[in-house]
Amino acid sequence: MKKNLNIIAYCRIKNHSISVNGKEVITKDSQLTFPEFAKLVYKEKDIAYPKFFKMDNLSKLGFLASEFLFENAELNQTTKENIGIVLSNKSASLDTDRKYQETINDKDNYFPSPAVFVYTLANIMIGEISIRHQIKGENVFFVSDKFNETLLEQYASSLIQNEKSSHVLCGWVDVDNDKYDAFMYLVAEEESENYSKEIIKKIYKEN
Amino acid sequence: MKDIFISADTIISPLGFTSEANVTEIAKERSGITLHNDISNSPCYASIINDKKLNEAFNTLGNPDIYTKLEKIMILSLHNTISQAAFSISDKTALIIATTKGNVDALNNNFKPERAYLPVLGKKIKDFFGFKTEPIIISNACVSGILAIAVAKRFIQNEYYDNAFVVGGDIVSKFTLSGFQSFQAISDKPCKPFSNQRTGISIGEAAASVAISNKNTEKEAIQIIGDGSCNDANHISGPSRTGEGLYLSILSALIEAKLEPENIDYISAHGTATAFNDEMEAIAFNRAKLEHVPLNSLKGYYGHTLGASGLLETIIGMYSIKNNTLYSSLGFDELGVSMPLNIIQNTTKTKVNTFLKTASGFGGCNTAVLLKKIML
Repeated sequence: MKKNLNIIAYCRIKNHSISVNGKEVITKDSQLTFPEFAKLVYKEKDIAYPKFFKMDNLSKLGFLASEFLFENAELNQTTKENIGIVLSNKSASLDTDRKYQETINDKDNYFPSPAVFVYTLANIMIGEISIRHQIKGENVFFVSDKFNETLLEQYASSLIQNEKSSHVLCGWVDVDNDKYDAFMYLVAEEESENYSKEIIKKIYKEN
Repeated sequence: MKDIFISADTIISPLGFTSEANVTEIAKERSGITLHNDISNSPCYASIINDKKLNEAFNTLGNPDIYTKLEKIMILSLHNTISQAAFSISDKTALIIATTKGNVDALNNNFKPERAYLPVLGKKIKDFFGFKTEPIIISNACVSGILAIAVAKRFIQNEYYDNAFVVGGDIVSKFTLSGFQSFQAISDKPCKPFSNQRTGISIGEAAASVAISNKNTEKEAIQIIGDGSCNDANHISGPSRTGEGLYLSILSALIEAKLEPENIDYISAHGTATAFNDEMEAIAFNRAKLEHVPLNSLKGYYGHTLGASGLLETIIGMYSIKNNTLYSSLGFDELGVSMPLNIIQNTTKTKVNTFLKTASGFGGCNTAVLLKKIML
């Protein structure tokens, strides 16, 4: 039987501000770079997770969005363990790829580092979120030219309808040079249906 | 849920430009891995497609100078698969592209850096063949190719599409080679999966494609009967010491397919030949009670072809079913993992009906897919 799905929480991070379920929770000085902004948020939230400082900007952005989302959703650990994670963006890991490329361009100044290379994969962000919250569910990272609500809606539905996941963390997390944009939401089965690509797009546009 | 079938396949690799040519070479235990002097600061073993041969083959399809190497091998592969397939491209046909690094070499070659964006690669392929839907691009480290099969199955089962063409590809670039070298993960000899002599991976390049559909007209066909893609939640670059995510992925696929471990005839493992990866797989297969099932890694023939590997190796598995042949795990001599495994040491004729394909990658990702022969 077809299950009814609903968006149970969402978080948006862009333009130096963070909102959860449509309410602004943090806003900072627009002169800050993303790493500066991320560090301030980390401190203000009192997140004790030193691995955060090893992450690249993409993982930091995805990590922060998931922190706000899970804080709001209040799921127990058994539910959390089985969450599916479906993230997407336009630039994959190109922001870090460019930094890594600089370390190998010049034979006389050749210093490739495994700590940078490992972040030249966008799905590392899924790994970071999975480690932080002990999530061992389904994973996929999609790349599309722009925010693709249809793709996210269809794939999250497939995971729940096929009984691979009860909850799915979906989203768009993109970092490209100075630009950053994160939109994350949690989908789960509920009694009444309030989930469609139109609803997803509306929330994305209004937040 | 609808039955989903996989058919029409093409491998583009140093071993040949059709699946049949590749299988013929594998049956003779020939490897694409050779010593190359021009890809790194020192000589290095890798499996690389000859540019001249590729351009000759591509010439009939388009101008080889205006496409990147990755685009050429993907287009060449898809072109052959589309021409073999029992269906043609409609507005219910998905184009699914799997790649780990795409055109990352465009950051430092004659093409514009914009070419490195994966949606640009997607559009090139979409436009070349006139696909009517937006490409679905999967970039999920080294499970991308096999995960693409699972994604196609799920989209078709849930009736968002009727069928799909799936292509996976990656090339050998200074970018990826230097990265694996920085991890000290590159073997100084052709890689030796699961061997006690193994010292790391050999890197390779390939493109592979298949057609996937909710209809089957063949007398003998291959059905995708289960899949799972679970995370270790343990480490971003090191494989889990308990094989957690791989074990959970296999379990998820078995439950969906309603199969027991003894129903599996063959495992096409990931087997990259790094110390930790192969050990992790041995632990996961033992936890899943699959240690007696004949198993190989095809990395000894192709090296690690990243986002192509899972798809390429699935195709070879499909030929194991078609030809009722288990192909030897090239590079293997003595078992070098702490748990028992039944490694295929000689190519043998035997009944193969059901096989398990697995892959694992950075980010703690793992995928398992089960495929089965069906007769009409």
